[in-house]
Amino acid sequence: MTDLFGLTILELCYIAASITFIMGLKMLSSPDKARKGNLIAAYGMGIAIFATILFKEELTADKWVNYGLILTGLIVGTVFGTRMAMKVKMTAMPQMVSFFNGMGGACAAVISLVEFDHLLHTGKVETGMMVVIILGLIIGSVSFAGSIIAYGKLEGKIGDKALPGGQVINIVLLLAILGMAIVMAMADVPNETHMYILLGISLLYGVLFVLPIGGADMPVVISLLNSFTGMAAAFGGFLYGNQAMLTGGILVGSAGTILTVLMCTAMNRSLMNVIIGSFGGGGAGVAGKDGEQGTVKEISVTDAAILLAYANKVCVVPGYGLAVAQAQHTVHNLEKVLADKGVELNYAIHPVAGRMPGHMNVLLAEADVPYPKLQEMEDANDDMANTDVVLVIGANDVVNPAAENDPSSPIYGMPIIDVLKAKNVIVMKRSMGKGYAGIENELFFNDKNRMLFGDAKDSLEKLISEVKNL
Amino acid sequence: MQDLLSLFYENREFIFLIIVSIFLGIEVISNVPAVLHTPLMSGANAIHGVVVIGSIIIMLEAAPDNYFALILGFFAVVLGTLNVVGGFVVTNRMLEMFKKKEK
Repeated sequence: MTDLFGLTILELCYIAASITFIMGLKMLSSPDKARKGNLIAAYGMGIAIFATILFKEELTADKWVNYGLILTGLIVGTVFGTRMAMKVKMTAMPQMVSFFNGMGGACAAVISLVEFDHLLHTGKVETGMMVVIILGLIIGSVSFAGSIIAYGKLEGKIGDKALPGGQVINIVLLLAILGMAIVMAMADVPNETHMYILLGISLLYGVLFVLPIGGADMPVVISLLNSFTGMAAAFGGFLYGNQAMLTGGILVGSAGTILTVLMCTAMNRSLMNVIIGSFGGGGAGVAGKDGEQGTVKEISVTDAAILLAYANKVCVVPGYGLAVAQAQHTVHNLEKVLADKGVELNYAIHPVAGRMPGHMNVLLAEADVPYPKLQEMEDANDDMANTDVVLVIGANDVVNPAAENDPSSPIYGMPIIDVLKAKNVIVMKRSMGKGYAGIENELFFNDKNRMLFGDAKDSLEKLISEVKNL
Repeated sequence: MQDLLSLFYENREFIFLIIVSIFLGIEVISNVPAVLHTPLMSGANAIHGVVVIGSIIIMLEAAPDNYFALILGFFAVVLGTLNVVGGFVVTNRMLEMFKKKEK
């Protein structure tokens, strides 16, 4: 222990850090202050980290290996973290966040492992501390395994795999985790084997929990795992009586949960459904109505350009396909070209379009699309009857009428952008492939709809030159 | 049981802090517009990287010959730092795009 002076400085630094976390989160909620908020929280974090190193324990010469390792770890993490974050493409941001989230979860799990080992050697067991260690281990490892699977899935390295009876397996695993945790908490002597078994089941649960989930549900999962890691960090704070870890972790835990709930509400799903891992239409059971398909009508680029140029009001519904094609700048150019022709173009943003909440907003912001042009789903739907042409770019499930009129559909009940209320619909798509939820979209067969096949960026560029020539 | 009761009593201030923080977390983000959902999630992700402090404490307390703690602790420091630094840098990159738009 250092002297009272050092410890006081440490606690003051933790108070300062906690304030920056609260301010940071608060400022992240307004567009003009968000960037500053992020920086403030980052400074607070830096203060907390260095204060811990300098003031937590008296620095002694015999621990130079420890200090060397701490500094090396900080440097290695900083170098790789910065490199990865700077190099990642806009479209890959969601999986990047998921990856970093997994790292935090792993960190929490490792802390629990070391503290458990510490208890093994001192032999002193308090039930309370044991419970906190166990909870940190479970939540940290579930968050780690789940985040890495989510990362792999969004990177396209891991496909949707639904095990037969996956739900039952998940419930059994959850019960096994619970049982093991109780056994360990009640035990008089800590048992190393039990701990590794618990670690194993928790990791397995994390994997199996995320593996079958597909479709528009991935944002919810990432958000949920994010709040998990927050909780794991908070348990760490409880373990060490560390206020900075506690406030930081709890804030993220509760804020992340609220964000998750908001997303669930937008998709009309319950959080319980998410946890059991049953949703997402990941199974093969989604037969759909393949038999009764009508015919699909195509539209040529020239016809599409004419339709757009002579419209008064055009609404773009962007989806993940826009992100994949990197067509955000091109669509903004189309908006400008149409504006010259006196056509008003707005964007209708579905809350779960893309692979993360706000994914489309970030993407369009990159292309300098002004905020007022981005309409939320409700406003866009109110305007739909006055809209001449809806241009659906790389979106599928968020405009699928089955969500409203087919109770057997896995996305039934999810609010959608009601594009059929508009006068004309053009769907730009690479092929007749299904959306991420893996279900058929009857919109494509509707009389009002025309398909414009091809890469979104390529098609948009052709549209722009056609419109210019009119 | 006695253990749990004493855990509660000894940590009552922390439990109080936890409950207040939960409500604070909910309150602070409740007015976030959908536009900022992704950066908010990313920023929150960076903040829970505060868990790295736990791994630093492990390293500070570990005896210089406790290789188990030193090795795992080192990995924990690396992982936690990745979370913190990567998280803040990614969030900053996202928000830079918003900043450009302000003009």
